Amino acid sequence: MAVIGKPKVRGPRGAVAKGSIAEIKTLIKHPMESGLRKDSKTGQNIPAHFIENVTVEYGGKTVIKATWTGAISKNPYFSFSLKAANSGPVKVTWKDNQGGEFSASANLKVA
Amino acid sequence: METGNKLAMSRRGFFQKVGVTGVAAIAAGSSLTTLPRSAAAGVDGLIAEKLGAGSVTYAKVKIDTPSSADNGALVRMPVSVDHPMEPGNYIESIVVLVDNNPQPFICQYDFLPEAGKAEFECRIKMAKTSKVRAIAKTNSGKLYGFEKEIQVAAGGCVG
Repeated sequence: MAVIGKPKVRGPRGAVAKGSIAEIKTLIKHPMESGLRKDSKTGQNIPAHFIENVTVEYGGKTVIKATWTGAISKNPYFSFSLKAANSGPVKVTWKDNQGGEFSASANLKVA
Repeated sequence: METGNKLAMSRRGFFQKVGVTGVAAIAAGSSLTTLPRSAAAGVDGLIAEKLGAGSVTYAKVKIDTPSSADNGALVRMPVSVDHPMEPGNYIESIVVLVDNNPQPFICQYDFLPEAGKAEFECRIKMAKTSKVRAIAKTNSGKLYGFEKEIQVAAGGCVG
């Protein structure tokens, strides 16, 4: 079984100016099986196993919410922008269709 | 048959009609479930389902990716929308659709104005060469979009 999880969230290295836009990058290990693929040996459908929901929490709010399907590439990379308001954690949570839940955060330093 | 068999006649007529419409309905149903190798109409329907009905203005949205991809299993999908993100005037949602994928709906992103900028990048799977669309909805329900044909050299096992 391939490794699943190991979520990573990375923000800008140093402090960013208040009000500026910070880019946050994330990565997680996940097979992202769509459920439409067949096992070439057995001819059986490989069961769907993909991340359905991703949330980004910052400053006490869920600022971005993503809905994914099996058509997102495996080991999904996802990056987004945030307006730097106050120093604090940016928490990203991934949930898959088989009950798997992973989260990681990065500290955004606002000068 | 005699005229006394009006019932039977009309019943036959009834079944004939139901037969025809029933088959048509099944055909329509199956074309939705097993063949969403969508005619453009199907994808337009998906946009209406995800973001609400309305005409799409092709402006403001951008997919910043090359028009050919070597590997359909990993196609970069950076989407950005040039629109303010202020309370009362912001981009609420963005959906990405690939017309020729078995399931054209790929992903949706919902934003609060606090995000500051409606943009993201992810990687998607494409079964074959297809039109790719990114459609954004403002908080007032206005739709903006961008579409682009991406050539795929090797399909991405989406099934």
